[in-house]
Amino acid sequence: MASVADNVMRFFRGSSDQASAPAVPQKRSRRSSGMAEISRLLNSEESLCVLDLGSTSASNIRFLTAKGHKNYSEDLLQASLDPALRVKDETGKLVPDRKKFLDENLTYANGLFDVVLCWNLPDYMEESLVKPTIDRLWSVMKPGGLLLVFFHTRDAGPDAPCYRFHITGTDMLETQEVRLTGTGDKQIPRLQRVFNNRNIENLFRDFASIKFFLARDAIREVLLVR
Amino acid sequence: MDAPKTGEFAHIGKSVVVKGELSGSEDLYVDGHVEGTIELRNNSLIVGPNGTIKATVNAKSVVIQGKVDGAISASERVELRKSAVVNGDVSSHRIAIEDGASFQGKIDIQREPGKAAAS
Repeated sequence: MASVADNVMRFFRGSSDQASAPAVPQKRSRRSSGMAEISRLLNSEESLCVLDLGSTSASNIRFLTAKGHKNYSEDLLQASLDPALRVKDETGKLVPDRKKFLDENLTYANGLFDVVLCWNLPDYMEESLVKPTIDRLWSVMKPGGLLLVFFHTRDAGPDAPCYRFHITGTDMLETQEVRLTGTGDKQIPRLQRVFNNRNIENLFRDFASIKFFLARDAIREVLLVR
Repeated sequence: MDAPKTGEFAHIGKSVVVKGELSGSEDLYVDGHVEGTIELRNNSLIVGPNGTIKATVNAKSVVIQGKVDGAISASERVELRKSAVVNGDVSSHRIAIEDGASFQGKIDIQREPGKAAAS
């Protein structure tokens, strides 16, 4: 039988372990005007092809497949951080190989997708991969297809956490902090840059139309029509 | 999820490697490595936590805790447990995915004829 002293020590050890344990990423709900617009299309038609470029989300798969749509899932941020993609440039610095990245990712037939959920990918992806990725998305989308992208505003700050997005309703999203899993330690993606409105317009200049929604949480939602 | 008891499922242990076509009429638990095709049209397949499959899978139901590269077709349901890593297209009437599972590919939910007509 454990003595009172043992129990007291166990109590203190237990509480200190709890204090040092990493916090479980909390989920937070937010309204999304961009998602509301996408949902109008998802509710009005069946068997659309939807590409989700975020981390695997059971909520998103459930939401999309329950409406009779085909869900394609590809975690592009994780793929972009693959060490096997790195090559040395002329200065000897390791940079991602754009050609290899596009040979191995987003390899779909042209004009396949009605909807692409890009989430906050451009903010966290390496600079040299962003434009080629958007160009490839343009190619794999149907004319008239919708693309939803989120950008941080300058107010977010450089340490703004990277979130994954779970669709919980026609205009509701749940956000959860991303912790990427790799072969080694878990990585936490860092905000690479902040796009201003002109940067965003240039990035998507091949798209037919662009619509901005400014949210309260220092996020600009951008809805594009291919 | 624990491994099923011997006798309930045919069992491929973690040191076993199978290359070629694997078919049968009993439920199968794979904790080893299978490359090729798996045909269990009226039975279930469980891929254990150590299981690695590089194959086209046809089964009644599929539960994945390990790694699968290849297309999965299930007439009833597919379950991806939190340790699952799946690269390939999934076609089934139902799918369940635990938080933490990784999936890359297409999910096509087959509508049951009665429900499709009703909706």
